[in-house]
Amino acid sequence: MTTTAGPAVKAPTKPISKQRVGDRVFSGSTLAAGSLILAVLAAVAAFLLIQGMPGIVADPETTSILRGQSFWEYVWPLVFGTLWAATIALVMAIPLAIGIALFISHYAPRALATVLGYIIDLLAAVPSVVFGLWGANVLAPASRTAYAWLEQHLGWIPLFAGPASGTGRSILTAGIVLAVMVLPIITAICREVFLQTPVLHEEAALALGATRWEMIRMSVLPFARAGIVSGAMLGLGRALGETMAVAMVLSASGVVTFNLISSNNPSTIAANIALSFPEAYGINVNVLIATGLILFAITLVVNSLARYIVNRRKEFSGAN
Amino acid sequence: MTAVAEVNVYSAGQLSRRSSWFILLGGLVVSFVAFLLLMLAESTSGEPAEFNIVGAVLVGVLLYGVVLYVTSRLVEGRRPAMNRLVTTLVTLAFVIALLPLISLVFTVVVNGSARFDWAFLTETMRNVLGQGGGAAHALVGTLIVTLAATLISVPIGLLTSIYLVEYGRGRLAQAITFFVDVMTGIPSIVAGLFAFSLFAMLFGPGTRMGFAGAIALSVLMIPVVVRSSEEMLRLVPNELREAAYALGVPKWLAILKVVLPTSIAGIMTGITLAIARVIGETAPLLVAAGFTHNMNWNAFSDFMQTLPVFVYNSYVAQGTDAQAYLDRAWAGALTLILIVMLLNVIARLIARYFAPKNGR
Repeated sequence: MTTTAGPAVKAPTKPISKQRVGDRVFSGSTLAAGSLILAVLAAVAAFLLIQGMPGIVADPETTSILRGQSFWEYVWPLVFGTLWAATIALVMAIPLAIGIALFISHYAPRALATVLGYIIDLLAAVPSVVFGLWGANVLAPASRTAYAWLEQHLGWIPLFAGPASGTGRSILTAGIVLAVMVLPIITAICREVFLQTPVLHEEAALALGATRWEMIRMSVLPFARAGIVSGAMLGLGRALGETMAVAMVLSASGVVTFNLISSNNPSTIAANIALSFPEAYGINVNVLIATGLILFAITLVVNSLARYIVNRRKEFSGAN
Repeated sequence: MTAVAEVNVYSAGQLSRRSSWFILLGGLVVSFVAFLLLMLAESTSGEPAEFNIVGAVLVGVLLYGVVLYVTSRLVEGRRPAMNRLVTTLVTLAFVIALLPLISLVFTVVVNGSARFDWAFLTETMRNVLGQGGGAAHALVGTLIVTLAATLISVPIGLLTSIYLVEYGRGRLAQAITFFVDVMTGIPSIVAGLFAFSLFAMLFGPGTRMGFAGAIALSVLMIPVVVRSSEEMLRLVPNELREAAYALGVPKWLAILKVVLPTSIAGIMTGITLAIARVIGETAPLLVAAGFTHNMNWNAFSDFMQTLPVFVYNSYVAQGTDAQAYLDRAWAGALTLILIVMLLNVIARLIARYFAPKNGR
């Protein structure tokens, strides 16, 4: 019955749809909003550059905040402190976060797991200034005895060389507070990825006689590797930029040292800005904005790297 | 047939269900007794020593892990022993993570309730030295700044997510997606510096006002709104859109009348959570909005105090009666946590009660 289209049948033309005013206005405004985001990001970089440039080339002799050093000499201990504090935080947070995520996804009973996940999310909702208050008033005094013990018994390790801080406001305390703050971020991503492990992989491992740990090691962790890395990178981004908790907890003196427990600590870029900005004037403001520009560049690199890793393994990880 | 046949083949070579609890109990008892003896030994040689409860629990748990591993290794073998060890470690990780949360909530509630009274919510810090005073100006400032930030961020964020889901194809959409991700990672203090630089160039150096703070918060809030709204819009089934188009509905009306109402619960939840995220931001407001002791209702002139900055200021700039300042800082922290928790609960309620009946 059906015949193939003969030459007499015209090729179907695309129906000419009427361009309605509403459609144009609506799609135009959504496009404008999307472009605005690009503009804002460009503006962030541009304004920081414009306002920061005078700070980078500022004359060390006349700029009070530089105290005779060049800008790069001023900013190097801050960059070191930022990276060092973030490293300390991540070294503590990553194993804990993986443990917590595993506990929620594979160990806790199903009904309990939802509640536990919610509790961990609550940690993420606590404002950083509250963490700062807690770190300075509760954690720092509580850690004094521990630091004294570390100095006494492990003082031969350069990390714990001491002299132990009398106030407990060392970079290790700041690192612990940072670890607590980035923990929920890493945990949330790890948990998501662990839950996406194909159930068939897990059941196959169990059916072969694997114990629960062997099942996790053979099916869950390899599947989640990219997700763990990206979660850690996002946590790193947060730890690098975190301001108030460090500003309130750390007693900094602007040295470059790996000593964890002494009272001579490197400051971080963000904390230094928060502490110095309210009293800054003139060219000092530009110097601080220039340090902010450097922080922006560092976090930009870290976050782009995290995105790159996730996108590269997107096809077979599910972490995105 | 024989006497040995009584052994249950399914449970042979395994530790019984309760044995791990017994080992935990035993480990704790041994550790506590040891620390008690240590304390007695130290107190005889001088002043009475303190009982180290943290150390006792720590050693007890450590003992538990070791003993459990060794017993399991002897009875069950290498692999189950490893399994038990990891179970212990994973559970321990969770307990360790709970400790700071419990400690934080406990201290904030205990220390904050000292000054969490009517005066704290209704008075300002104008002409207050030492005792008294309150955070009314900071509460007002936080409300104004957050409201302004929300009014800026929600339209931009929502329209962008609509663009990404409904219209965006090709390069521009990819670029926007990528840069929204980049924007998520902007440190909050950098956002504050941006707003400060912007207003310094527009209105002269050192200009700080509530609106500048709102701009800074918007930079932080827009990507959060875009991401959450985008996720929600993508959940709307394509059949709904196609059904609308089949009835001759123009695209913009289909989005407004079909797509948005279907996903409105999720979008509102995302917005509420975004507000909860920025309402506790301190650093950008410290830089861009400044701080003051006075009530300021005008977001477009003069410094404006906000609650997080109030907490920070009360802590770093303690006056003559340090305890009064510290008490106010804790009360401010308590207020902040209550606000954030309230917003989280509201977000959950929205998600539960306004969700489409057939959705998800």
